[in-house]
Amino acid sequence: MTTDAEEFRLALFDAGLLVPGSVSGAYHRSFVFEAVVRGIESFVSAAGRDAERRQFYCAPLLSQSALAKSGYVISFPNLIGVLSSFSRPEKDLPELIERVESGGDWPEMMSPNGLALGGAACHHIYPTLAGVEVPADGLLYEVQATCHRHEPSDDPARMQSFSMREFVFVGPEAGALAHRDLWLQRGAQLLEQLGLAVETVPANDPFFGRVGKLMGASQREKEAKFELVTEITSSNPGAISSGNYHGEHFGEEFSITVPEGVTAHSSCFGFGLERITLALFRRHGLDTANWPSDVRSRLNLVN
Amino acid sequence: MSGTVPTIREILQANGRLPVSALTLGEDDDLYQHGLTSHASVNVMLALEDAFGVEFPDVLLRRDTFKSVAAIQNALASLGVDQ
Repeated sequence: MTTDAEEFRLALFDAGLLVPGSVSGAYHRSFVFEAVVRGIESFVSAAGRDAERRQFYCAPLLSQSALAKSGYVISFPNLIGVLSSFSRPEKDLPELIERVESGGDWPEMMSPNGLALGGAACHHIYPTLAGVEVPADGLLYEVQATCHRHEPSDDPARMQSFSMREFVFVGPEAGALAHRDLWLQRGAQLLEQLGLAVETVPANDPFFGRVGKLMGASQREKEAKFELVTEITSSNPGAISSGNYHGEHFGEEFSITVPEGVTAHSSCFGFGLERITLALFRRHGLDTANWPSDVRSRLNLVN
Repeated sequence: MSGTVPTIREILQANGRLPVSALTLGEDDDLYQHGLTSHASVNVMLALEDAFGVEFPDVLLRRDTFKSVAAIQNALASLGVDQ
């Protein structure tokens, strides 16, 4: 970590905004920090008011099969979180106890229990549409989820547990592309209204391995994904939001169609809530009382 | 015609998941236009590396490299494979 990033990180701790959790990348956030997050949630939600949408906070769990269908297991096997627990008979309990008490390898006695943590908010939507024919002009969602990606790091911009609010479209191809492009523009405007200087750049996901380089190059060349970048915890800009066009990927995997029987396309635009919050603290200072009044007002940061 | 082309075609046929026959495609036909997806191109890449005993360097890990039979042939030739 650069000196600048390290200084900012320590300043966040000193100010009590973040408290390191028991593992790298797990942070407890002060109520002041979370008040900003709440403000961002309602600010972006209001901007989506012009369209009918299904809105919900997602339970952060997926079935293993839903995780596999999302493509994450093939594309990012190193980033997923698959849960395990003890399902052996009681006769194996003494060994478990022995391993726990002696500091032995008790995790080895756990086995996958069918659950996984979600890595993106929109992944929770597609299983609910499995086998469904959506209306001809598509369906719009606004969802929020706590997400997990296994990326241990000391940089608060790379938390292992973080939340995102996504605007998701499932429907015809033209609608999916239009949705992504609308929100790429709208998202940039919203973030600028909060005083952030964002740049929109083509991007690719961190696909695993050497083959991942080809996957990433393909994604970039197809201009499927764009990120909105700004300074988050250091002077190196990072992505605080992104817009992704998925093509037929989710429609195919989950058998989602538009009339008559045509595979649905999808796209999403996600706001990285903690990253935006960090970027705001970096931009405006660590005391929200001193933030520009228009920003405070937009984020409902009264008194 | 170089000796690599028949093998390239066989690999495309086995791994490319193309809706058309890779054995009869034109050497310059755009494989992506003919249904080659990103995931399939990865499988093709791995099969080519295995068959020819090469490793594509980062600079060749681009869509262009697998764009056509001729493009693949050229990429392999640049790695010293032309028999």
